[in-house]
Amino acid sequence: MALDTVERGIGSGVATGGTPGGWRRALRAIWGRPTSAVGAAIVLLFAALALAGPLIAPYRATDQIASARRQPPSAAHLFGTDRLGRDVFSRVVLGTRDIFALAGLGTLVAVLLGTGVGLIAAYWGGWPEELTFRSFDALLAIPALLLALLLLGTVGPSRQSVLLVIVIVYTPIVARVVRSVVLAVKPRGFIEAARMRGEALGYILGREILPAVLPALAVEAALRFSYAIFLVASLGFLGVGVQPPAPDWGLMVLEARNDVALAPWSLYFPAGAIALLVVGVNLFADGLRRALQA
Amino acid sequence: MARYIVRRLGFLLLTLLLTSALIFVITRLLPGDVARVILGREASEQALTALREELGLNRPAVVQYASWLGDFVRGDWGRSYSTRLPIREVVLERLGNSLRLAGLTLLIAVPLAVALGVIAGLREECPADQVISIGALAVVGLPEFVTGLVLIDLFAFRLRWLPANSSVAPDTSLFAALPQLILPALTATLVLLAYIIRLTRAGVIEELRQDYVRTAALKGLPRATVIVRHVLRNALLPTVTVIAISLGWLISGLIVVENVFNYPGLGRLLTFAIDRRDLPLLQAVSMITVLIFALANLAADLIYALLNPRIRLG
Repeated sequence: MALDTVERGIGSGVATGGTPGGWRRALRAIWGRPTSAVGAAIVLLFAALALAGPLIAPYRATDQIASARRQPPSAAHLFGTDRLGRDVFSRVVLGTRDIFALAGLGTLVAVLLGTGVGLIAAYWGGWPEELTFRSFDALLAIPALLLALLLLGTVGPSRQSVLLVIVIVYTPIVARVVRSVVLAVKPRGFIEAARMRGEALGYILGREILPAVLPALAVEAALRFSYAIFLVASLGFLGVGVQPPAPDWGLMVLEARNDVALAPWSLYFPAGAIALLVVGVNLFADGLRRALQA
Repeated sequence: MARYIVRRLGFLLLTLLLTSALIFVITRLLPGDVARVILGREASEQALTALREELGLNRPAVVQYASWLGDFVRGDWGRSYSTRLPIREVVLERLGNSLRLAGLTLLIAVPLAVALGVIAGLREECPADQVISIGALAVVGLPEFVTGLVLIDLFAFRLRWLPANSSVAPDTSLFAALPQLILPALTATLVLLAYIIRLTRAGVIEELRQDYVRTAALKGLPRATVIVRHVLRNALLPTVTVIAISLGWLISGLIVVENVFNYPGLGRLLTFAIDRRDLPLLQAVSMITVLIFALANLAADLIYALLNPRIRLG
């Protein structure tokens, strides 16, 4: 129950039901609120960097310029160079695609899987629901970072493992949010009516229940994305995530930590990128929740 | 109340049983050949056989799980594979260190966060609230390792006030270790702060909207009395439980912080176990972390029930 109070801010409270007009209104509300507009702008900026990264970055992520080690920021190297003479600006820009690919793809799979499992199990009810959510409870009884480390500690660190970890850690959370909405909607008249008409299960789940789940799901997806970025960066920093020489932001911070006195820029720019992106996604998610709550 | 406690305890045992099974599956069954994971690719067949014998890997999985759990419950946690030291001593010592750091963090974070949360809640949507709420959102975005490294750069390298490395020697008194504890505690505080602020703020706002608050105001009570006697009493209910949850949260939240500062706690031991592929150590640290996490959540629920007559008497 104490945990419910904690999670209250996330799923519930978001209106059930979503019309195209409602979504357009929500979008307008996000751009109308300064904080969420800033958040949305930050996310869009990084998304553009992720798409156009290789066109913008002057160097490749692994290019080492032996004559230019630990150079402070200048016109030639906007963010300076690190201890190996790699252009920090290029690495930060190219790393954007990496983090979007990992955190974004992981979140996407977790949301799809969580929605599917949550919808079916909660609508079905009975022991399949009980079994599914009891085992999810057991998974959620392990703190997310510990679960991630346990999995990475046994399957070994790699890009695929990090992806797998995001999916395993976040699918149960998404499924729980979906379930709470399904349970609220299930007893309502229009579901009963659809069942009486003899509609197929797929139709009821996809056309009748899913639209009601979407607002809460959108907020949850945005939040999960921000947590996933955080997780990928933290795992990179702990050295158990994406491995060198990839331009992973967390990994870059790890590599720069012992160099902070000589080349602070090699630490501050990737660290700033992580912070900016997570804050942007958080502001956006917060705005999305407020917009859909109204 | 007694029935409630018994039910919650039953729940806790069930959860722990399921979680221990999960930890076992992840660490013993998922990797395939555990002996090879521990010894590496170049291990000789002889060494592999010996290790399989030592860890009892030849037996059926269910038997392995039962004997592992039985040993764990009885306090026999085995020997670390990488250091050959008894696991229990190491884990308990590190746990003590982590709790020390967590305690100091709560001491700083809770009063500060509750004060800020109450201010933000009372001034909903006013500039003070905007500053606090946006600040909280911004701080939430900062990973522990970013704030930690910035604090190190500032206070250790530039100002030279505090040590950058917090590798406290065993048996150091709390007082002697304090300078090394401050920066990690501050880092963890920043993460907790946002979370408690948001919860306190939400609690205050919700209570302010209740009818009894309007009644109290309409019958002429001064605003300060309404707030202190009525609003805060109810609004802080969830916040009290947060302290317990935070303790559980800190146990995993400190994993990154301890690694930033090289602080010899449970979190540092966890990454050490992963680096060395020390599965027995990894299992023990995970079990203890999960146990504390679960106990903290239980404590939160019980405190909440104790303070809330609707549950206590229901």
